[in-house]
This record gives sequence, structure tokens and C-alpha cells, in this order.
Amino acid sequence: MNPRDFKRLSLILLFMPFALWILLLIVLPHIGMGVLALREKVAPRVYEFGFGNFIEFLHEPIYWNTLLRTGTMSMLVTALALIAGFPIAYYIAKIAGRRSRGALFLLCLIPLWVSDLIRAFGWILLLRETGVISGALQAIGLIDGPVELLYNDVTVIIGLVYTVILFMIVPLVSTLDGMDNAMIEAGYNLGGNGFTVLRRIIIPYAMPGIVSGCIIVFMLTAGSYLTPILLGGKNSSWFTETIYEQFITRYNWESGAAFGFLLLAFTSGVVWLGLKLSRQTLAGTVAKS
Amino acid sequence: MLDRNTNWGFLLGYRLYVLAFFIFLAAPLTAAAVFAFNDSLFPALPWQGFTLDWFFNDTDPKLGMFHDRRLLRGLYYSFVIGIAVAGLSVAVGTCNAFLFVRRQFPAKNFFYIVMIVPLVIPGVILGISILVFASTVANGVEDGYGIDLELLRPGILLVVLGQFSFVTTITSLVIIARLKKFDGSMEEAAFNLGASRARVLATITLPFLRPAMIAAGIVAFLVSFENFNTTLFLVGSESPLTITMFDRMAKVGSTPVLNAVSFFLMVGSGLLAVVSILVQRDRAKE
Repeated sequence: MNPRDFKRLSLILLFMPFALWILLLIVLPHIGMGVLALREKVAPRVYEFGFGNFIEFLHEPIYWNTLLRTGTMSMLVTALALIAGFPIAYYIAKIAGRRSRGALFLLCLIPLWVSDLIRAFGWILLLRETGVISGALQAIGLIDGPVELLYNDVTVIIGLVYTVILFMIVPLVSTLDGMDNAMIEAGYNLGGNGFTVLRRIIIPYAMPGIVSGCIIVFMLTAGSYLTPILLGGKNSSWFTETIYEQFITRYNWESGAAFGFLLLAFTSGVVWLGLKLSRQTLAGTVAKS
Repeated sequence: MLDRNTNWGFLLGYRLYVLAFFIFLAAPLTAAAVFAFNDSLFPALPWQGFTLDWFFNDTDPKLGMFHDRRLLRGLYYSFVIGIAVAGLSVAVGTCNAFLFVRRQFPAKNFFYIVMIVPLVIPGVILGISILVFASTVANGVEDGYGIDLELLRPGILLVVLGQFSFVTTITSLVIIARLKKFDGSMEEAAFNLGASRARVLATITLPFLRPAMIAAGIVAFLVSFENFNTTLFLVGSESPLTITMFDRMAKVGSTPVLNAVSFFLMVGSGLLAVVSILVQRDRAKE
């Protein structure tokens, strides 16, 4: 066998696992889901090709309201995570001393390795009617009876921010870490105040980290299932819950697939828009973090 | 640094915010862990005294986690699934690293983006699309050949494939980053000394990649262990631990045995995280 053939053969062999993975587990399943979504049930075991499942979605306000609600709340969670997480990332990357930096970063990562389920469970123990916070407030006399802090939107948002904020902080720390302190010094020397330096130097530099953090956080939030259900109760109207209901409870796979497709299109649309607006690419942001 | 033009009051406020943030991070985890040791039937205050019953007691109503059959079975399935996902995804991730770092082929950038995409698809969508595809294939085979492919019905294989589908992106990225740092002259020296391709791979390149492969494997195992969204749609009768715990949390009023499991998992993943850090430290020494 000559070296050229060998090279080609080994390239094909190396390409095989990648191709099988993407084809069998990503491309074909998504095509299958798309085809299923376009199948209309006209009678038991009789199907027709058409957009009926999507039309059904448009005709039921409860469905598209849920999708819109999921979308807006996810954006809100993303914004809150950025606002709350940026100072922390900046502190870890720029202000903390050499030794405490590593320790703080590790502290940030520890909850990352605990499942969503346990984190949500912890919040339930803290916030429910018989929970720690309600009990503590009664003990110090601020309220008279037990108070239910679960099952409302504020709790869901706090819980979601908690679950995803680490995915915002990690890429931010790694971009800010690469930033030369001299750039900030120069900004001050040229007469900028703290706010100008932040707006004109630090934020533009951290943009790839911000975009990649926002993408990951948005996707995780919009696709999350546990936190809205456990903290928001059965009526938290999260879109993933609607999909689950169609698939598992109602066994209506056709409309479940259509809803899944809508969620995917919606979230990809938002991510695409975000990338366009910030002039970043997927390879340049997510892959680096 | 920010401390120019800013007074100490600002810095103090900043530090307090950082402190408050870490308290916020720790609060629910502490609550989940601490009640594992409360000698009460409910994971709530008041504190009734310290006990290890929720781990080791073998009788109802205070059945400890190490005597709870269903929880133990869940733990076992999670473990099996995690090992399978870690092994598979590290193997494919290593192939991907050689493919994308060492080789040139048409549309390479496009394929690189394709490789990242599974990470940004919501887990729920991955779950349902794989469920739909596997069921379609299984139904097709059943109608066409009369063979019931039990394997493609919801169960362990589908859970492994579902988690593998996005975990592989993570392991690929970790191993690619390491392979990019490889100094090609080391391989060249070995070739000049007359080593065969296989030998160079086994004695030089793979040992260089080993820390990244171990770290990627640990990450893959942990991600698989704690995954819920994708698993939820693909799970059959063999529920992994997260599903078992969720069912209990949602349906029955929970006893502190769930706190015991939480504590156990926190300690377990903490230890694994330490191992992966030690592996990375070795990497720095090389």
C-alpha cells in the first residue's frame, strides 16, 4: 500500500466515528422528528402530510403563550445571570489575589458538579411552607404564620439563575483572565473614569465570553425541565413541560415532535440573532469556553 | 485595577457582594446536605439531634439509603450508564481530536461547527428526537421482518446513546485542546529512531493525551450521572438515580433519605473533581 492510500484510508477510518455519531444520533433523529411533526392524524392509524400540528399550535393560545413565556423568562434569566455574574467573574479574574483566585474559582465550580435535582431540592427545603426561611422569619418575629415561598415566578427565576450562573461565570473568567491589566491602566491614564473604562475597554474585550456565556445560559434555561417544575409547581407553564405532556402523558407524538421543533427553532433563532448582533461565531465563542 | 479612583467603601461593598454571592451558592447545597443527619422523619427544622440512620438504618419508617433497594438499584444503573458514556465518548472524542487537529479535509470548518452543535441543542429535544428515531427504526423492523428489536425501545441503551450524543462534544473539545499543545518534534524524533506508527502512538502520543482523556472521562461520567432532561424521555424500566429521586420528590412527601443520597453524591462528585484536578496538576509538571 503506498503512503497516499494509507493516508486516505486512515482519514476515512478517523472520520467514521464522527460521521456515525453525527448522522445516527443528531441528523437522522432530527429529520425523523421533522417528518413526524409534519404528519397529521386524520383517523386512527391514518396519517396525512401537512402542517396540522403547527396550525394547532397557533390556534391554541395556551401553547404559544407558554412558548413566549418560556422565551421571555429565559432572556430575563440570561440578563440577570450576566448582571449578577459579571462582577464575580471580574473579581476572580482581576481583583482577587493569586492564591485566593484559584480557590474562589473552584468554589464556583463545586455546585457545577452537583445535579440540578439536588440544587432544586435544596431550594425546596429552604423555601417551602415548613422550610428553613419561613421558620427563621417566624422565629425572629417578622411574620406570624408560615409563609409559602415556592410556586411563584420570582422563585422560578431565582432558581434558574442559580442553576445556570456558573455557566456564565466560567467563560467570563477565562476571557477576563487573558486581558492585560495594562489595558485598564491605560484607560485610567487617558482620563477615563471607572464606568468609561468598563464600557469602552473591559466589556468589549470580554465580549466573546459574554456571548458564549449568554448562549449556553439561554439554551440551558429554555431547555430546562426540573427547576421550573420543582420550584414552580405543576402550573409553571414551561414549554418543555408541554412537550413532555404531549409525548408521555397524552402519547401524542406528532404534536410533541412539532412542539419540540418549535422550541429548537425558537432557541436557535435567538442564538443566531445574538451571534449576528454581537458579530461573533459559534466556533469562536462556545468552543473556547 | 479598579482600586484606582475608587474609595475603600466601594471595594468593601464589592467584597460584601462577592461574599453574599458565595453564601447564595452554598445555601441550598448546605440545606440538602445538613438534613441528612437530622433525626426526624421530615427534612425540616427543628433540629432533633444527629443521626446516621438515613444512611445505615435497615427498618421502616427510617429506611437508610444503603438499605433502600430502589435507590441502590438507581445508583447501580447510573453508575453503569456513566461508565458506558464516559468510555464511548472518550474513545470517539480522541478520534475526533486526531481528525480535527492532525488532518486536512474539505469543509473542515463546517464539520467543526457541526461537532459543537449537539452542545447547544436543548437536552429535551435530543431526548425526543432519538426516541422518535429509535422507535421508527424498531417499528419498521418489526413490520418488515417480524423481529422485535427490544434494544431500540426506551431503556439503558437509548439512555447511553442519548447522553453520548452531546457528551462527546465536551470530551472532543477537552482532548482537542490538549492535542493542539503537542510538540510534533517528539513524534518525529521517535520516527527517526525507527519506531513504527503504532508504537509512536502507544508510547508517545497517547501518554501525552492521557491526562486530558482522564479529565474528559471524569467530566463525561459526572455529566451523565446528573443528566435528567435527555434521560427522562429515553428511560425504560431501569431508572437511573436522578429519575428515581425525581419521582420520589414529585410524588411522595420525601424523607431525609433523599438528603442522605444528596450528601453521598456531593461527596462522590467532590472526590472525582479532586481527582481530575490532580490529573491536571500532573499535566502542569510535564
